[in-house]
Amino acid sequence: MRKKDAPPRWDRKMQQRLARGEAAALGELYDRFASLVHGLAHRVLGDEHAADTVTRDVFAHVWQHPDTYDPRQGPLRSWLAALTNRLAVERLRTTETAALARGGPGTTEDLERKVRHASVAARADYIVQSMPAPLRAALELAYFQRRDYRQTAADLGVTDEEARRRLRLGLQLLATAHDAGAPGAPPGIGGAA
Amino acid sequence: MSGHGPGPYDDRGPLTAGPDELPPGPEHQVLKSLLGAWALAACAPAEADAVEEHLGVCGPCADEALRLREAVGLLQRPESLDLKPALRTRVLETCLERRPPRIPVPDWAAAYDAETARLDALLQDFGDNEWHAPVRLRWYEGDEASSRRTTVAGVIAHLMTVDGLVAVALGLEDPLGEVRPERPTPSDRTEAYWRAARFPPTRSVRGPWREQSHRLIRTVSFTGSDTGRMTVPYGDFALPLHDAMLDRAFECWVHAEDIAEAVDYPYDPPAGRHLHEMVDLAARLLPVVLEARRHHGLAAPVERRLVAAGEPGRSLRLEIEGSGGGEWLIPLDSPAAKGSAEHEVAHVALDGAEFCRLAAGHVPPREAAAGQEGDREAIRDVLFAAASLSRM
Repeated sequence: MRKKDAPPRWDRKMQQRLARGEAAALGELYDRFASLVHGLAHRVLGDEHAADTVTRDVFAHVWQHPDTYDPRQGPLRSWLAALTNRLAVERLRTTETAALARGGPGTTEDLERKVRHASVAARADYIVQSMPAPLRAALELAYFQRRDYRQTAADLGVTDEEARRRLRLGLQLLATAHDAGAPGAPPGIGGAA
Repeated sequence: MSGHGPGPYDDRGPLTAGPDELPPGPEHQVLKSLLGAWALAACAPAEADAVEEHLGVCGPCADEALRLREAVGLLQRPESLDLKPALRTRVLETCLERRPPRIPVPDWAAAYDAETARLDALLQDFGDNEWHAPVRLRWYEGDEASSRRTTVAGVIAHLMTVDGLVAVALGLEDPLGEVRPERPTPSDRTEAYWRAARFPPTRSVRGPWREQSHRLIRTVSFTGSDTGRMTVPYGDFALPLHDAMLDRAFECWVHAEDIAEAVDYPYDPPAGRHLHEMVDLAARLLPVVLEARRHHGLAAPVERRLVAAGEPGRSLRLEIEGSGGGEWLIPLDSPAAKGSAEHEVAHVALDGAEFCRLAAGHVPPREAAAGQEGDREAIRDVLFAAASLSRM
């Protein structure tokens, strides 16, 4: 029994099947990526219903315009994450702008700050999900379980030095969430990891 | 760097030192390696002090420290939001409306598509405890309740091996591989697979099961129009491909419910239109099963008057309530007879999901019907026949 295809091959085939108009491919795409897309949208928007809508829009976009994804430019997964981030941020900006226009509290600068924060938070989520598992495990222990780096090393069965390296590298990757240009930047921003 | 003494800001904080004030030495390498742990407050107090002292004099490290501290603020607990199955249906429907597919998933495979996706979503967050939770498979055999103990992973293996009957009929790879069951029946295939494995099934069975279900949906999408007369052999009987896919959707739901019960998760019945199709399949199978049971003396013999093929015959009205419900007239005396309202001798009413549980052997036939009136023998025969549709 064959294991999963290597990502580039799977991505390329998926793109071709979508372009061919194969409904079964759309279902498979959804099954593989819906929780990623929905989770990122929810991180930006903080609202279940809005996240549902963005999820719908992301898959509708891919289905209607499969050619906008080019497998040579990178993995489908990060392309979808970037697309999700863009659509979610657009939606957040639209609803917040409307609220402001209706006389809601805050200023345009507050709005921009909020949008930027939400976008960076979603990118950070994606980076954590996509980083190599050993780095994620080290961060999980040190941050969420409050283990120091020596305990982390013992838990993971690695040297102290290796634990220090993983924590530093993990945070370095995570820090790139701040780098990716303006919120709503075109696809590519999710591919940091 | 000139010879002047310490400036006013040198001891103040991480950002005051220029990058080139101190040549990096061995000390610098060690302290630099501690920056991640320091940012996470995960080093010993003495180490933290040493790092902070170093940050006052080393610009590059100070920059990195600041950057990593900010990154710590981005760590958030992953939100574990369960995706509602209805969202999948809604999203896919919207997509297919906006751009009609050139190769659609056939209507008769839609229930299988939906049910396998629902089960896969249930399995999503299972840990080892859940995968190895005990499950009892239940069915009726010779009008007696039977059962077989396995685990959640064992149930998925069971679904995969029986779905494999459809795969084989479509010319796809058999998940049993080299394993040869005694007879090509669902239970023999399952037992053979379980026996052949060196270890009891684990979570690793999920991938192959899911890949096969995706492959089935894809294959029937391509060959859909040519498969009208294709049948899937189940060993003791055969079903047309369309019905076999519906049968597999039904089994998938029934076992998903077994799994959900074993791990104490909630699990809803299928969407109304899929439930309706499942009831319809069972209702269509009932006359054949009734006849077979008569041959084995398990059901009351036919009344004297013979019914010509295609003619209306004595019928039981099966009324299914709730979402996916409807009415079916089950001809009682011969599969060839036509169900007829004029010849109705009995009426049974029950909820759709309850009827399916009866047909799955999960509800004793004597306790199944909420409302019954008319010929008691006919009702008994039909309820037992429904339970006998179940198998492992």
